[in-house]
Amino acid sequence: MAYSASRQFIRNLKALPATFFDSFIRHGKPTSDRAQTQTVVQNFFLHIHSSRIHKHSLKSLTTMGLGVMTLAMFIILCFTGTLLMVYYKPSVASAYDSIKDIQYVVPTGRIMRNVHRWAAHGMVILLMLHMARVFYTGAYKRSREFNWVLGMMLFVVTLGLSFTGYLLPWDQLAYWAVTIGSAIAASPTELTDAVSVTQYFDPGGQIKEVMLGAHFIGEEALIRFYLLHIVVLPILLCAILGVHMWRIRKDGGLARPASADPLPVQADITAAASPTKTFGLMAVIADRTPATDQEIDNTVPSWPRVFRIEAILLMLVLIVLVLLSLAFDAPLKEMANPEVPENPAKAPWYFLGLQELVSYSAFMGGMVIPGIVVVGLCLIPYLDREEEDIGVWFSGRRGRWVALISAVYSIVISVSILAFTVQFGWLRNWFPEIPQFIIIVINPGTVFVLACALWSIILLRVTNSTRMAAIGLFTCFLVCFVILTYFAMVHRGPNWDFFWSHADWPTVQH
Amino acid sequence: MNGALGGPRFEKPIQRRNFLGMLAAWSFFGTIGAALLGALRLPMPAVFPESDSRFPIGKPEDFPDGSVIHIPRRRVWVFSDTGGIAAVSTVCPHLGCLVGREDNGNYTCPCHGSRFDATGKNVSGPAPRGLVWLDVSLGPDGRLIVDSGKEVDRGTRILV
Ligand code: HEM
Ligand code: FES
Repeated sequence: MAYSASRQFIRNLKALPATFFDSFIRHGKPTSDRAQTQTVVQNFFLHIHSSRIHKHSLKSLTTMGLGVMTLAMFIILCFTGTLLMVYYKPSVASAYDSIKDIQYVVPTGRIMRNVHRWAAHGMVILLMLHMARVFYTGAYKRSREFNWVLGMMLFVVTLGLSFTGYLLPWDQLAYWAVTIGSAIAASPTELTDAVSVTQYFDPGGQIKEVMLGAHFIGEEALIRFYLLHIVVLPILLCAILGVHMWRIRKDGGLARPASADPLPVQADITAAASPTKTFGLMAVIADRTPATDQEIDNTVPSWPRVFRIEAILLMLVLIVLVLLSLAFDAPLKEMANPEVPENPAKAPWYFLGLQELVSYSAFMGGMVIPGIVVVGLCLIPYLDREEEDIGVWFSGRRGRWVALISAVYSIVISVSILAFTVQFGWLRNWFPEIPQFIIIVINPGTVFVLACALWSIILLRVTNSTRMAAIGLFTCFLVCFVILTYFAMVHRGPNWDFFWSHADWPTVQH
Repeated sequence: MNGALGGPRFEKPIQRRNFLGMLAAWSFFGTIGAALLGALRLPMPAVFPESDSRFPIGKPEDFPDGSVIHIPRRRVWVFSDTGGIAAVSTVCPHLGCLVGREDNGNYTCPCHGSRFDATGKNVSGPAPRGLVWLDVSLGPDGRLIVDSGKEVDRGTRILV
């Protein structure tokens, strides 16, 4: 017995690579439909995909790969961020120096920091594009309403991640950008001041105290931002993201138009009897069931197509980031100095539009309008419940026109409001003694909101379609966001004055 | 009717079993909620890492008649003229940036462009009010003391 057991052992040892591999991948080469299905289903990482995917979902115009690229950015951010944590020290005394070390001393530190920074910006951009594509293809409708809401949560958390990360280098740029940003959070104080109740009830001050752990940005704020940036928000994002992905499967894959599932050409008996549902047991084992009608079943195995696309997108994102990082260094100014403000002190770009609004009224621009926008966007799928043309870009020709006209309208409106404000000022310039309360209620920011709301009401009346009104509103929001951001980025200079370009800025400052 | 969206689901009178079930559910959520609320009290600071709001700025002689002296660390401007000595906070009453003083004596804020005249009154931009004038007093050791926690009326000066 002993003899054969040791023979067996030797045999096992020889077969080790093969048996290990078989235990690791428990199916044959993914050549048949069946094996391809197993490839997906039996792999922990791949099984977040369904084993089959609708042909429509694979078309490049369906998603433009935007969601996947956002995810790719996030993965790269987690990876590079973990590496940065090896050297980063979250304290006022050493944060700046540790970033400098990473930039100038640590091998590959510069490129990791650059990739982390550009990926953070890239993720915000891609996120917005993804949201726009979901909106314009009407993919937020029927059973996907809540996934849109989850998306909005991801949007807020992603902005939170970018913002908390912005402070960590503790340089002048970071310090003053976060000063502006956290001041926006404290803006309810403007309202409570205007009605003189701040002494008794000061939500703005409390938000700021919880955020900064103090009344100024110092050690406490840095620790809090660090904690949020590396633990709280990433975990939150992962959790919501998990549900976001899971829901896509539960909703039967991506939204697609009815025309993507054409009825069989010849209505023969087999076809009429089988359900038009896109995947069932029959489909999963397609290569063993001769009865499956390919004209009804428009799905294909996810392996290898989906994974090929995802791999390509990840590679693309990675290559672009690395090239960017080789060409441009992430900014690092002098160490933060709470006594000398930057002039102009500008928030991170995605908050610049808000900064412009806040320069009209802190409370209206910093709290009410962003509140209206976030809540409004969340509610879109519940208020527009028309079910025609789901999965069709702009819901067809009419929607394309509505989007185009809305874009033109909102460009004209926002440029005029900005030009008017720059040229003529606002209430305070005309009536110096005017009560602050009136300015909070009536300022260029409210005019923006009213103009957008009015436009979508008009569209609702004219087109008699909630979808068209929604397209109008969303387009207005998008255009106003872009124009305000551009305006604050390019045309606002020292003292938040208007300048045609950076070249016109006064040279001597301070 | 059951399961239809909207009202009908809620119209049936509550049965005793349901009531007990709901009670169980609510006590569960209540417990978790109370625990969470208690835990979330922690990040709200009780003590602030702040220096004393009162600080000495120097002897009256250090502020000769007609001088305008900026003390960045304390975030104040100190003025002195025949009317006396006054301190004005450099913190913008809009959202807390530090205002700068221009050659003509006016102030502007770099963050959202609030402007103030030479007395600190807000003239344009989003600032809801003027710059804050701070209490100045003479300490027992003969030094001037500014209290950044105590606002005084615009134009208040102390004669020494
Ligand atoms: C962290 C940010 C986000 C990530 C990583 C992410 C990822 C994804 C991915 C990979 C998909 C599959 C389709 C595609 O690639 O486009 C998807 C679909 C979807 N996303 Fe997101 N997403 C994010 C944020 C958002 C936001 C901000 C919204 C909208 C407010 C949103 C709403 C949706 C909806 C409704 C779908 C289903 C679309 C359909 O059925 O066609 N997501 N997301
Ligand atoms: S903080 Fe001074 S104008 Fe906003």
